[in-house]
Amino acid sequence: MNWLIAISNILINPIFYKSMLNNATPLIFASLGGTYSETTGVVNIALEGIMLAGAFASVVFTYITGSPWIGVLMAMYVGGAMGMLHALASVKYKGDQIVSGTALILLSQGITGFLLQRIFGEPGSSELVKTLPTWNIEIFRRIPFIGSIIGNLSPLVYIAFICVILSHFLIFKTKLGLRMRAVGENPEAADTLGINVYNVRYFGVIMSGVLASLGGAFLSVGELGQFTENMSNGRGFIALAAMIFGNWKPFGAMWASLLFGMAESFSYQIQTQSILRLPPEIKYLFLMIPFVLTLVVVAGFVGKTRSPASDGIPYEKE
Amino acid sequence: MIRDMKKKMFKNFITFFKRDTFVIPLASIVLSLFIAALVILSIGKNPVIAYASLIKGSFGNVQAFITTMIKLTPLILTGLAVAFGFRAGLFNIGAEGQLSMGALAATMFGVYITSVPAIIAIPIAILGGMAAGGAWGAIAGYLKAKTGAHEVISTIMLNYIAALLANFMVNGPFQAVGTGIPKSPEITDAAKLPVMISVQASSLSIGIIISLIAAVIIYVIIQRTTVGYEIKAVGFNPYAAEYGGISIAKNIVLAMFISGALAGLAGTVEVLGLHHRFLGTLSAGKGFDGISIALIGQNNPIGVVFAALLIAALRTGSNQMQFAGIPKHIIIIVQGLVIFFIATERLVKTLILWKERKEEEVLQK
Repeated sequence: MNWLIAISNILINPIFYKSMLNNATPLIFASLGGTYSETTGVVNIALEGIMLAGAFASVVFTYITGSPWIGVLMAMYVGGAMGMLHALASVKYKGDQIVSGTALILLSQGITGFLLQRIFGEPGSSELVKTLPTWNIEIFRRIPFIGSIIGNLSPLVYIAFICVILSHFLIFKTKLGLRMRAVGENPEAADTLGINVYNVRYFGVIMSGVLASLGGAFLSVGELGQFTENMSNGRGFIALAAMIFGNWKPFGAMWASLLFGMAESFSYQIQTQSILRLPPEIKYLFLMIPFVLTLVVVAGFVGKTRSPASDGIPYEKE
Repeated sequence: MIRDMKKKMFKNFITFFKRDTFVIPLASIVLSLFIAALVILSIGKNPVIAYASLIKGSFGNVQAFITTMIKLTPLILTGLAVAFGFRAGLFNIGAEGQLSMGALAATMFGVYITSVPAIIAIPIAILGGMAAGGAWGAIAGYLKAKTGAHEVISTIMLNYIAALLANFMVNGPFQAVGTGIPKSPEITDAAKLPVMISVQASSLSIGIIISLIAAVIIYVIIQRTTVGYEIKAVGFNPYAAEYGGISIAKNIVLAMFISGALAGLAGTVEVLGLHHRFLGTLSAGKGFDGISIALIGQNNPIGVVFAALLIAALRTGSNQMQFAGIPKHIIIIVQGLVIFFIATERLVKTLILWKERKEEEVLQK
């Protein structure tokens, strides 16, 4: 009974939905990124590392320039550069994409940790910097209940949803999108038709870097106003699961990200319910929820979704 | 028969040093250290001093050497775990979680099995730890075999779940009574591994010998047994293997179990030989280091031992480097670079083998 009360307390509280959106945002960016990359046939597990680099770059450049927007732009630039590196390894040199992704994650952890200590003088976390000011959207704010959820959020949250719509349009309604899908499904055939397989793949992987780094920037200058070591904390991998669960489609990735965001939000909110009188260590069990959910989703749905046919296979021109 | 085997092993050993499998990692390491030297230069430090302090910090005196050996012990095992997975075509990123689960189980056996002699307590704790790590790995193997869930994602999720479970245990039901600190009770003396050599606070247990024996056993399993043959066949070409009557599903689960058991053994020797209790933060990246080690060692158990030695030395020496004013994250950068170069094998080849590149150019014309 107490559980029912606790759960309904959570469900009627707008904070639950607001934090769901905030938790989902980095996942939406990163899973969209994964969708771009894998649509063209390149697996990008480096998302985790790219998010971390994006989070770091945005804090550093906000710290230097005082403008979080410049921080976000530089994060996109750094993310694109990391995507470029991954593309270099996996498209040009036809290396193992998962190995290259692992290398980028390590590089990102090493370089952010190294520079963190050089720039801010201390390991662990950066100084506090300005966060992006939230946007007040009057039309949304007037709606009862919902207005208190979506009326006043970080601009990156709105941008994430706009990116979903734009990506859907780009991938399914434009010539470039058709080429991306062709290259991911059957690169030989695409090549025969005169499509430059390598360029399209470069585009997909670089876009994935740009988007994932936006997710990282949201974590630091969007929410916390600080960089802490390894702050991406597995979100890049959860985003990959969201991409799979979302059947390699932008809207699918968005819904899946919202689900994971909700699980995360729930795992925090349930701990605050004093009516349950939970011992403090129980929080560790609740924090498992998003990860267990990811595992269940990946195991339960992977057979029912379908990846691009040439996903993960380097293309060798004959 | 045995002489024949020895001869063949020796021959394998020699050809190993001649092939790409030796040249590529070595070239990658040299390249990475060179780039890291440039990074060190860029922050106004002397790379020669940095690397000298690195070597001094890892092999400079007996204590440094012992510390390196203590670090080496679990790294050989996590390296073997990942390498064994690779041989079966599986990317086990989950050594971290498997290590944790193995350590947790070994500690439970070590704490709750009292009043038996060491000769019984130690093997029970080891088997328990290996079984727990193996089971944690087999979950991912089972999911892959049954539903096609990619092991990269499932093992990573299992890592987070294991870490949270570990924290729950040492903050809750398995906390040492009355401490309020996240650590488990101490294991009984009988379950502690005998110490071989001890200098000041660091003592090297026989865990390192267990690791080396494991490397030999894995070498034999891969090269000499039907199990190893089937697992390699599935890793090499699953459909051909299945056509030849080898079950893909069975071998995926089995390979993940063995891989997890090795990682679990790593956690076990950490508990029985070093910490003598379970700590929530026990794994601390050793599982991820296993990935670097397997890749540098080219999934060969002999290679893994040397690669583990390299990483252990880097990790131990990096503390000394930190005193010289160089952030120890440089070591992670080196590790990342080495793996990046190994992934881009062709890039490395074109960089080091100018001749081959010229030939390629000629061919292209």
